[in-house]
Amino acid sequence: MSLATAEKLEDIKARNKEVIAEVLEAYPDKFAKRRSKHIGTFEEGKPDCGVKSNIKSIPGVMTIRGCAYAGSKGVVWGPIKDMIHISHGPVGCGQYSWAARRNYYIGTTGVDTFVTMQFTSDFQEKDIVFGGDKKLAKIMDEIQELFPLNKGITVQSECPIGLIGDDIEAVSKAKSKEYGGKTIVPVRCEGFRGVSQSLGHHIANDAIRDWVFDKQDGKAARFEQTPYDVAIIGDYNIGGDAWSSRILLEEMGLRVIAQWSGDGSIAELEATPKAKLNVLHCYRSMNYISRHMEEKFGIPWVEYNFFGPSKIAESLRRIAGHFDDKIKEGAERVIAKYQPLMDAVIAKYRARLEGKKVMLFVGGLRPRHVIGAYEDLGMEVVGTGYEFGHNDDYQRTTHYVKDGTLIYDDVTGYEFEKFVEKIQPDLVGSGIKEKYVFQKMGVPFRQMHSWDYSGPYHGYDGFAIFARDMDMAINAPVWKLAKTPWN
Amino acid sequence: MSQNAENVLDHFELFRQPEYKKMLEDKKKNFENPVAEAELERVREWTKTPEYQEKNFAREALTVNPAKACQPLGAVFAAVGFESTLPFVHGSQGCVAYYRSHFSRHFKEPSSCVSSSMTEDAAVFGGLNNMIDGLANSYSLYKPKMISVSTTCMAEVIGDDLNAFIKNAKEKGSVPADFDVPFAHTPAFVGSHITGYDNVMKGIFEHFWDGKAGTAPKLERQPNGKINFIGGFDGYTVGNLREVKRILDLMGVEHTILGDNSDVWDTPADGEFRMYDGGTTLEEAANSLHAIATISMQEYCTEKTLPYIKSKGHEVAAFNHPVGVEATDKFLMEVSRLTGKPIPAALAKERGRLVDAIADSSAHIHGKKFAIYGDPDLCYGLAGFLMELGAEPVHVLATNGGKAWEEKMKALLASSPFGKNCHVYPGKDLWHMRSLLFTEPVDFLIGNTYGKYLERDTGTPLIRIGFPVFDRHHHHRYPVWGYQGGMNVLVWILDKIFDEIDRNTNVPAKTDFSFDIIR
Repeated sequence: MSLATAEKLEDIKARNKEVIAEVLEAYPDKFAKRRSKHIGTFEEGKPDCGVKSNIKSIPGVMTIRGCAYAGSKGVVWGPIKDMIHISHGPVGCGQYSWAARRNYYIGTTGVDTFVTMQFTSDFQEKDIVFGGDKKLAKIMDEIQELFPLNKGITVQSECPIGLIGDDIEAVSKAKSKEYGGKTIVPVRCEGFRGVSQSLGHHIANDAIRDWVFDKQDGKAARFEQTPYDVAIIGDYNIGGDAWSSRILLEEMGLRVIAQWSGDGSIAELEATPKAKLNVLHCYRSMNYISRHMEEKFGIPWVEYNFFGPSKIAESLRRIAGHFDDKIKEGAERVIAKYQPLMDAVIAKYRARLEGKKVMLFVGGLRPRHVIGAYEDLGMEVVGTGYEFGHNDDYQRTTHYVKDGTLIYDDVTGYEFEKFVEKIQPDLVGSGIKEKYVFQKMGVPFRQMHSWDYSGPYHGYDGFAIFARDMDMAINAPVWKLAKTPWN
Repeated sequence: MSQNAENVLDHFELFRQPEYKKMLEDKKKNFENPVAEAELERVREWTKTPEYQEKNFAREALTVNPAKACQPLGAVFAAVGFESTLPFVHGSQGCVAYYRSHFSRHFKEPSSCVSSSMTEDAAVFGGLNNMIDGLANSYSLYKPKMISVSTTCMAEVIGDDLNAFIKNAKEKGSVPADFDVPFAHTPAFVGSHITGYDNVMKGIFEHFWDGKAGTAPKLERQPNGKINFIGGFDGYTVGNLREVKRILDLMGVEHTILGDNSDVWDTPADGEFRMYDGGTTLEEAANSLHAIATISMQEYCTEKTLPYIKSKGHEVAAFNHPVGVEATDKFLMEVSRLTGKPIPAALAKERGRLVDAIADSSAHIHGKKFAIYGDPDLCYGLAGFLMELGAEPVHVLATNGGKAWEEKMKALLASSPFGKNCHVYPGKDLWHMRSLLFTEPVDFLIGNTYGKYLERDTGTPLIRIGFPVFDRHHHHRYPVWGYQGGMNVLVWILDKIFDEIDRNTNVPAKTDFSFDIIR
């Protein structure tokens, strides 16, 4: 496949080369050289995208990346709804990430559910000087007193914790013992660790392994097991994504015993080793625990993609491939059931979106996973990149992108603006920090982390919303108003 | 299947459909090991009791839902108020992603700021190389006229010395020797975002006035008759600073707005992205030393800056986010006193219009009980205005309010019969407020977006005034200062009051006798 005809493809590659050279020119030499390794053009047939990744951001640029705390508290742990997650350190980290990710859940907030709350140890100077362990212990006591229905506590470390030598593990163990074996999980996700959110995901995965799974060894499931038990891994239920995914798995005859971690509960985490198959959406943030469960419990895992009807059907069949004919037939039944809806959505929106060009820059799985959904609408992705991807993400990306696609890893604000200026896409999909930059430039934009406060985008129900949203972004009348009519 | 192409169901409708309701009920029952319904209800009701409140107020270590952010956020807020100035935050990079997101969600604008991206090696060896490389990259890529350096808690814990690092970076050629790089240490574990604002403002004036960290002669003050004006950390900065300029222009007062971020957070959508726009010019920042006086609109945002400016010989005056007639009167009279310029008839007319509006509507506000939370100055300004309207503040809470604020608030409340039943809560959080709203209910709550959780839990209608406001658009474009600003606040309060009366009287044949068409 190619973006266009052979001749035009050459033009595209030449243009990419030109714009890459142009942006690199703006850097001091040393950093032009470093950044050059992160930007390139995908060449058909290559095993990866030809860019380096998961390397420190260069200082002094507008990197879009966050930190390990964001990866642990913000992504992996935060959505576990019946536990209390303490942002341990100064007040800011918890404040800026308070309820910002739209991890939907059902529960009585403040009573048996705590996702959209900000629990912080609000470190003061004396805590830095004398250490925060005593305060942490007291916080756990106060949590037990005021929030008695909590099912567990995690300690999400902010930068100072690792620097001042606090022993949050000792505090957690002591308090767990005091409270009759309560699950209390210390997480060493200080923001300075690693190069992005990514290490925070890994640390959070490891914390589940060490502080949740290891306590469960040998315990029976709370429910009767079936041959069709699966766990959804790596869906954060943003705008309800995991729900519009779960419904499809259940409709095909599977039983979802756990959601990781959107609308998830500690009971679900604990039960997951009883699954027959782990279905993994966000590979980047939860491949670690999936591999662990494979090694330790022999549970296979399969990656899937629930963006857009083509990939959904492919994924349903791939998941069904792990089960018997009953499930395989179930998958076909589900695909057939939703076909008329998909036909109607595509009939309505494709004509309005055909040929529109998209540039993406997101995290996790989305820089590749959403490409199929755009293609289902006749759109093409001409540039993409990962905030915190690793080489295995870029390898997986080769199955999605076309020859000549511009690839930018850990793009800087400066580069992204220049790329968009030059390539003039019809839509940019990225985050809140980028949104208004491009809208000022007159380029339609959708936030592809929070779904721009819409969603779900997963599953068939989600695709209808996705298509409607892309149409309303691109075809909004406002873009015609940007220029004054008198000059 | 409920979804359909013709009428696409959004999340708030989709998940209420029967197939999803059943799915979620089954999930809960089978896999979540839920708390028994009766126990849930028991605890829910218990959290509303005075007994719970007592335990809640006995907290010594845990903070739940605080109404404050950290110093570095305020640092960025102050820095972007200067012409073509790039805020450079020395420390971990994730912090900067958070500040930028936070401001963008409030202002619905881009928010430009860079980080020195310190990681483990910098934690061990210090962040000098990050400063050297970072300043060089920032200068090359983003072509600022000034880089304002502040810190995150990481850099503060390891003890990085900004002054020495910046000197070192200049020696290494990261930026030209005479390039302006003011700095301020802004540890996140001291004070709050208003402290960070204060530190950066002071740092910038020290830089320009006191010889640019030993690289230039100190400026000699030659009073020029102008006055300086500092807004403080303010979610309404776009509307407020423009309103202040309009008022000062009407009065014919020669002035300098220091830290004017009203343009950079309100750029047009005309096809061009302006990373920098407007702002106090560097020349103005330097020359502001020569002013005769400096006015701060928020005392607790300028606790260090204002005394520093005073030490240079300025007459200084501090207000507390003045809202309403009397607070604006005091502000204008002070400007008039300092400059010798009379208050023009046009402003007296605006005043009269606000008084007129209050007279028209006060019957609906009089005696209504309010809870307020927010930054210390904003709480003060709003409480004053409410009492002017005949409303009764009952709870006033500032997580980042201290002892001095508490005393000042109490004095204000004691000055009016409408304040006599009000309590002041410095250092408390919104979980404390939740208890208060159950045990001593009020008619309305004034606060930022996070107040919606209190509205949901306690049924107290929320009037969104404060920072951040994420879930309503464009209110930051309206001033709350000046008589016109007072008018805006009055209308926001009234709109909520009338909406509530309508909402409480709209059941046909039951309550709708009071569903009046004229109010």
